[in-house]
Amino acid sequence: MTQPAEYYQRDRGRHPPAYTPAYKTSVARSPRYSLISLEQSASEVTGPVFGHNDVAALDHDLIKNYAKNGDPIGERIIVHGRVLDENARPVPNTLVEIWQANAGGRYRHKKDTYLAPIDPNFGGCGRTITDENGYYAFRTVKPGAYPWRNMVNNWRPAHIHVSVFGASFCQRLITQLYFEGDPLIPLCPIVQTIPDPDAIDQLTAKLDMNATIPLDTIAYRFDIVLRGRRSTLFENRLEGN
Amino acid sequence: MGQSLNYLKETPSQTAGPYVHIGLAPGAAGFDIYDRELGWDIAGPNAKGERIRVEGLVIDGTGSPIKDVMLEAWQANADGNYAHPEGGGDVEEGFRGWGRVITDFETGAWGFDTVKPGAVMGRSGKLMAPHINLWIVARGINIGLNTRMYFDDEAGANAKDPVINLIEWENRRSTLIARRSEREGQAVYRFDIRVQGENETVFFDI
Ligand SMILES: [Fe+2]
Repeated sequence: MTQPAEYYQRDRGRHPPAYTPAYKTSVARSPRYSLISLEQSASEVTGPVFGHNDVAALDHDLIKNYAKNGDPIGERIIVHGRVLDENARPVPNTLVEIWQANAGGRYRHKKDTYLAPIDPNFGGCGRTITDENGYYAFRTVKPGAYPWRNMVNNWRPAHIHVSVFGASFCQRLITQLYFEGDPLIPLCPIVQTIPDPDAIDQLTAKLDMNATIPLDTIAYRFDIVLRGRRSTLFENRLEGN
Repeated sequence: MGQSLNYLKETPSQTAGPYVHIGLAPGAAGFDIYDRELGWDIAGPNAKGERIRVEGLVIDGTGSPIKDVMLEAWQANADGNYAHPEGGGDVEEGFRGWGRVITDFETGAWGFDTVKPGAVMGRSGKLMAPHINLWIVARGINIGLNTRMYFDDEAGANAKDPVINLIEWENRRSTLIARRSEREGQAVYRFDIRVQGENETVFFDI
């Protein structure tokens, strides 16, 4: 009986731990017991398959996908990059979804009551499917920083929430994209749940002048890396139990 | 210094935050933007097997329901096949086996309709009892939590399940078992997830 080729063990030291007291909401929402480590079966190495039929033509363009009587207010930006795995292979045909506040730092959400105004022309979400090279691109406006209740004077750096699937349920990932040079990054308790400064850098999109459209839209580059998978050589080993 | 390995490193996780619905279930956030939201129909119209409903709460360490959760479900069809190239076999037209559900903002209740999955072939030819894989994200959850929901009317299969049996503490195994009842002729399984505290649900590093 052959085993499925496994994905590399997740490097938990690179991710935030569950319990991070400076981010107060995590205190009552973090498991106290250790995770039980599973050797992967079909349940972990499979995952939902998406296709171009699942998304519409404008879904990746946040400047146009909710426009009612004009473009949204804000700095026009392109966010683009590739979804790769830890073997540096592209992850094609995978769903990438984003959501964000508007240029004033306000979300279009019935639970967001921040005093910055809603933008009538901005929804704040987008989605796309990576191409055969794992490439994706969104056009949007740069989100504003916003205050949040944690300590009384905490502000989120400008950020875009990013959701990615990969080819298996064990690659599923939600993260946040930050912008190079933002002085709020080192002050944010949510960013700082990540213990490794190099890992925080990996969440910081870089200004990409080569992808900028002159006189039109500035570009940021953000590559996303999902777990890699072992090759299937030497699969005759016996199970331990 | 030897040769370098040149592996890339996985992008680190960050919390989905309180407004996950804008991106992944905008209808629930209060606006209409996509022609079709994803994940609302798990089984599709042609799936064989018993139609079931699954319901529950996600409960925090203080005992309160968490009201801003998003869960994703991933399951096999009634034959035990996943809708994936390595899923074990064919599935019905329209069966995706993946769903997305959010908790009610006022009560924290969640629920979805699907078909009961079949047993799935596990490692080394050991059959796994019918189960639904769940992934839980929310504000305050820094990296998504993976668990499995099994069925209390599959006691024989559950007793032999290689994953349940991996849990050293027998008294924790029951945190993965949903309880069946009937409501107006429909099978409803109750599955509460306790992220912390008494009877903390077993979560997996997959
Ligand atoms: Fe946010």
